[in-house]
Amino acid sequence: MKILVCISHVPDTTSKINFTDGDTKFDTSGVQFVINPNDEFGLTRAMWFKEKQGADVTVVNVGGPETEPTLRKALAIGADNAIRVNTEAKDGFQVAKQLANVVKEGGYDLVIAGRESIDYNGGMVPGMLAGLIGANFVNNCISLEVDGTNAKAMREIDGGKETVSTSLPLVIGGQKGLVEESDLRIPNMRGIMMARKKPLEVKEPIDAGTETASIKFEKPAPKGSVKLIDADNVEELVNLLHNEAKVI
Amino acid sequence: MSVLVYTESEQGKFKKVALEVASYAKAVADQMGTTVTAITFNADDTSVLGNHGVDKVLKVNKSELEKFNANAYANVISQAAKNEGTKVVIVSSSADSKYLAPLLAINLDAGYASNVVEAPSSVSPFTVKRTAFTNKAFNMTTIDTDVKLVGVSKNSYGIKENSGSATAEDFSPSVPESGVHVESVDKITGQVTIADADIVVSGGRGLKGPENWGMIEELAQVLGAATACSKPVSDLGWRPHGEHVGQTGKPVAANLYIAVGISGAIQHLAGINASKVKVVINTDPEAPFFKAADYGIVGDAFEVVPKLIEKLKEFKAQQ
Repeated sequence: MKILVCISHVPDTTSKINFTDGDTKFDTSGVQFVINPNDEFGLTRAMWFKEKQGADVTVVNVGGPETEPTLRKALAIGADNAIRVNTEAKDGFQVAKQLANVVKEGGYDLVIAGRESIDYNGGMVPGMLAGLIGANFVNNCISLEVDGTNAKAMREIDGGKETVSTSLPLVIGGQKGLVEESDLRIPNMRGIMMARKKPLEVKEPIDAGTETASIKFEKPAPKGSVKLIDADNVEELVNLLHNEAKVI
Repeated sequence: MSVLVYTESEQGKFKKVALEVASYAKAVADQMGTTVTAITFNADDTSVLGNHGVDKVLKVNKSELEKFNANAYANVISQAAKNEGTKVVIVSSSADSKYLAPLLAINLDAGYASNVVEAPSSVSPFTVKRTAFTNKAFNMTTIDTDVKLVGVSKNSYGIKENSGSATAEDFSPSVPESGVHVESVDKITGQVTIADADIVVSGGRGLKGPENWGMIEELAQVLGAATACSKPVSDLGWRPHGEHVGQTGKPVAANLYIAVGISGAIQHLAGINASKVKVVINTDPEAPFFKAADYGIVGDAFEVVPKLIEKLKEFKAQQ
């Protein structure tokens, strides 16, 4: 089985979010970039397929050279090879088009992507990719088993979960649950050394337009300070929630 | 030309988000000088949609579409959009809508903006405000394609009343064979889900152990709220993953979010930030949650929560 894991290069979850160039660009200064958490769960699940079922695992990112350390980290975790599509990611559709081309040329059976990136939160690349290549698609995927060309997956739904059967070729939008948080791997020294020797192919992009454009960013208005209520006077909280906030 | 909105139902009844997206579609239609058409799957009484701005309902009643199937639903919605000559399609941000929207976008060659929080600031160019960086920022985005797809963020635009009535007609699309089959659905019944809840009561590590969740559940029950938890609590296995809210868990956009024994890590706050009113109960006055909350009580949850339950019961009894 050939697996492609899509890796978004995103600011660490604790990053302060600021903008520059007249609020049109994310300010990357002083920001630590990481593998998108939803993708990391997927990558770890891919490692399981590699170790238990002999799958070959490629990681891919659409982005400039600055994203390569993130791909190297994925190699250090255990992916066999990496591809960077050498173009700036502008919108979900353009990224999905580039990925569709990678999938077609590489003949992947299973594509594991995160349900959404934690920066742009578009949540559309996995589904668009599936639509473009005509593969089956399971979103919000919290467990996945593959047996030959058959797959069994679980999807988180509002208020519960759903078990589905499907078949390869398959794209999933994965999230926590695919593996446990405690199963996530921190690259060790050997992995990091090996990652340096693993192939990282820089692929030139195909011609693909965008469908949407980011115009400007805005930060939420600063919040007023908290109204503190004495622990011995919880009745006051009930009053405030009813009369002032009007939420009960 | 009408604006097409996918109004979700469950067991024949419309979900709350259906009325919100209908209201949103009405706002878009007004700006574009056109009408609103809703598409429903196996919904019973569609007249309520008329009260929220819908002019026409396309009713799909097919037994093979009884269970949600993203591929089939997306295909049917795109058939409707093509028949109607629709230029704008509106969906919600429910798990189902987020599943089908990208497929629908490809079917219709439509640009898709998700997590949209306001009516378009302009329809030419079509410009919407959406959340990004997991609620830490907003992003103004244009959709530049001929057909546009908008995913409306839950509890953002709100449900608007519109006196009107909707005509209903049957719509019989062809249903494609789907490669994904639902084997079983495991859904909590008789309990409010985080996705639908107006109020969410959430517990953190400050509760010391899963055996202490009784008071969280009781507080939620008094308020008709859903229960949730912080990431460490779900990682420790005290509560199921489905309850984990935050950046890598479920997003919460409730009217009221009550955090008990949660310090308020930046990832947690990002996930619940879209909630309107936030209350924190924590022993540590330095807990970051106090900076994000509207109301706070510095105190021991084991003393405060039972008192709060008691006072809320008295309050409810008076209502």
